[in-house]
Amino acid sequence: MDFIRNFPFFSIMLSMFAGIVSSVLSPRAAKWVNRAVITVVGVLSLILLGYLSGTGESYVYMMGHFPAPWGNEIRAGVLEAGMALFFCIIMLLSMLGGAHKLLEEVAEEKQNLYYILVNLLLSSLLALVYTNDIFTAYVFVEINTITACGLIMIRETGRTIEAAVRYMIMSLLGSGLLLLGLCVLYDLTGHLLMSNMREQVAYLVAGNRYAMPLLVTIGLISLGLAIKSALFPFHAWLPDAYGYSTASSAAMLSSLVSKGYIFLLIKLIYRVFGFEVFHDSHIINVLFVFGLMGMIFGSISAIRENDIKRMVAFSSVAQIGYIFMGIGMGTQAAMVAGVFHILSHAATKSLLFIAATGLTEVSGGSRKFEDLTGAGFKNPCAGIAFTAGALSMVGVPLFSGFISKLLFSQAAVQNSGKMLPALIVLGISTILNAIYFMKTVIRLYTPVGAAGEDGKTFVNRKLYVVTLIGFIILNVVLGVNSQPIVDMIWQGLGMFA
Amino acid sequence: MSKLKPQKEYEKTRSFRFQRWLGGSRDPYVGQVEMQPQTPVELPELTIRERLRDSQAVRDKVYDIENNKKLNLFRRIYVLAAIVYCAGLAVILLAMVASLPPTGEANRPVNNEVSARYIENGLQETGAVNIVTGMILDYRAFDTFGESNVLFAATTTVLILLHMKKKKNKEGKVEEIESDRLLEPKQDAILQASATVLVPIIILFGIYVILNGHLSPGGGFSGGAIIGAGLILYLSAFGFEKAKKLFTEKLYKGVSFAALTTYCLAKSYSFFTGANHLESHIPLGTPGAILSSGLILLLNICVGMVVACTMYTFYVMFRKGDF
Repeated sequence: MDFIRNFPFFSIMLSMFAGIVSSVLSPRAAKWVNRAVITVVGVLSLILLGYLSGTGESYVYMMGHFPAPWGNEIRAGVLEAGMALFFCIIMLLSMLGGAHKLLEEVAEEKQNLYYILVNLLLSSLLALVYTNDIFTAYVFVEINTITACGLIMIRETGRTIEAAVRYMIMSLLGSGLLLLGLCVLYDLTGHLLMSNMREQVAYLVAGNRYAMPLLVTIGLISLGLAIKSALFPFHAWLPDAYGYSTASSAAMLSSLVSKGYIFLLIKLIYRVFGFEVFHDSHIINVLFVFGLMGMIFGSISAIRENDIKRMVAFSSVAQIGYIFMGIGMGTQAAMVAGVFHILSHAATKSLLFIAATGLTEVSGGSRKFEDLTGAGFKNPCAGIAFTAGALSMVGVPLFSGFISKLLFSQAAVQNSGKMLPALIVLGISTILNAIYFMKTVIRLYTPVGAAGEDGKTFVNRKLYVVTLIGFIILNVVLGVNSQPIVDMIWQGLGMFA
Repeated sequence: MSKLKPQKEYEKTRSFRFQRWLGGSRDPYVGQVEMQPQTPVELPELTIRERLRDSQAVRDKVYDIENNKKLNLFRRIYVLAAIVYCAGLAVILLAMVASLPPTGEANRPVNNEVSARYIENGLQETGAVNIVTGMILDYRAFDTFGESNVLFAATTTVLILLHMKKKKNKEGKVEEIESDRLLEPKQDAILQASATVLVPIIILFGIYVILNGHLSPGGGFSGGAIIGAGLILYLSAFGFEKAKKLFTEKLYKGVSFAALTTYCLAKSYSFFTGANHLESHIPLGTPGAILSSGLILLLNICVGMVVACTMYTFYVMFRKGDF
């Protein structure tokens, strides 16, 4: 066996071990360990991605001395390695971009606790990406939920604690539904390993046995993961959780935590139920309708918001709606568009949160729009970065948002049944996006009185600027050089089946 | 009033003291136990009225309950919708349970080659007499490592939320947080006497359950919970002053770090050798002996330590906010 095949296992164990070690380190050392681990895992994933696109097939990796249906197993394909790499890049940039805020907003003796949680979060994301076993997936969903709660409330204000409590209630409800669904599925199939479950599900469907419990299970699992990733009617926890937590946390929660659950759902659709079975269930239409509603209502809430961070947070609701619309359309092309939008939204939303932090800093810490007037002149880097992110979200060519909207509309045109609603809502949502993002950008570049006077007090941090540039480059790369990435997603989804 | 002994000698005997206690003329706990009559909590009349006024103001000005027809309608619909939703979900779930494979039937899907191998070959392959332990710590050890990390993450989160900063007073000395001592008696003779007997037994039993995890029912999770309960009893009886001599923040960090690191390294070795089809060189020993079943004993000890630390830390954090 090639040594490279060990890399997924190394990545998961390394990030967990880093979390454990951080508990006895000083905050400074923990910070560097965290950065080093994210970088190392990213490099490992990159090498693995190169190796897998060379061989062109996925492989399973035995965790221990016992083969698959008895022992644990993880699985790596092109899509998994690509996701792991992408998650590492976003996490590293988010941690770097929010580092100075972290020092300000988190009590000194609790900073290494933050790094413990970030490392554990990374390990759980990697495990969700690589898992081939639904119980392993559930265990790491738990770690993901608990660490996300901690990331929200580490900034100890009343708002964040309330947000964390809300997040916990909703997220645990989602976990409970997921667990219920997984238990029933185990009862029906007698396996926890995804590939064996798939065979059993196909056998049950062919014999038309237990059709009703199977349908309920698909419903419970989709609902549980939809609640956890804030699909439209279940998004009440989201704006406070993203809006008030510290910058790194907001960036990671919006771009990584919710995406991990969506990726798990996609994996379950392909690897457990089978795309056909999922497509024939009516749950897919429910996800489609909720996705469309989220696209509109999320944007409307964002327009009515008077707080820049909460506005960006509400925009996430709309973007999660896009992804679920892609899943709900029920074609391979739409699914590819959905996966691409996971990448594009993650790259853009973390950029927006980090840039918004810089803008509020130069406006006396206020997040209200009237105070942000002219902030783009006071902190030019953050202003440019926010504008780039806004353009990407609206879907202007050269940026990643354009490609995902293009892919969505191409997929919609191929789908006769759902073409009209999908295209109409896509259009409306784009206009609404443009309204609130352009409104913000115009306000950022509205000159006020003697411009530049307040700006003198502001010192631009090198690390912060570099991070923003990194984010913009990532966005442009996704937007300009999208074809290889889309091909990779096609190849990866092909390996899932 | 004894006829056999003189009065003075009789007064020293147990039966005299028992007679007096029975008669009610002496209470043996007076002077031994600190007893405080519970004072009913009295809220000053003013604050009650203030609170009422505040909530009334919120009702009137913010929600405008009397005239806000929309809100009232929403509340009614909300209650109705909640009932309909819950009833609907209950019906769906009950209908689903009714059509699941019947319990106890031989040809249920769960009775397949997976459980067959666990039961038939579990002893030979893992060396553990208790096949449940063999399953969670050998066949599926990765999941269990995840579970111990769930506990670790939970403790970290509780520390974030409840760990209080040590306040420094004017002289620069670290002030103790004493508020938790206000509501309970300081020296409770009954509790202390029973804790003196019980705590060693509980902790020993916990250690027994952990060490015999691969031989008899139990294991790291249950044994750790028992040890944690023993520590909590000790703390409740003797207070933080004495508990701090044993259990400090340093000890918590050290123990959980050591346990999780050991688990991580031991299992990484086993995963790596297993996946690369290398010989692991870990002897399984004779099934039934205490030193047998490969890594399972070590992993059980690690899990037990993590669980005990987690339980104790949770209790301490929720009670005082510091070790």
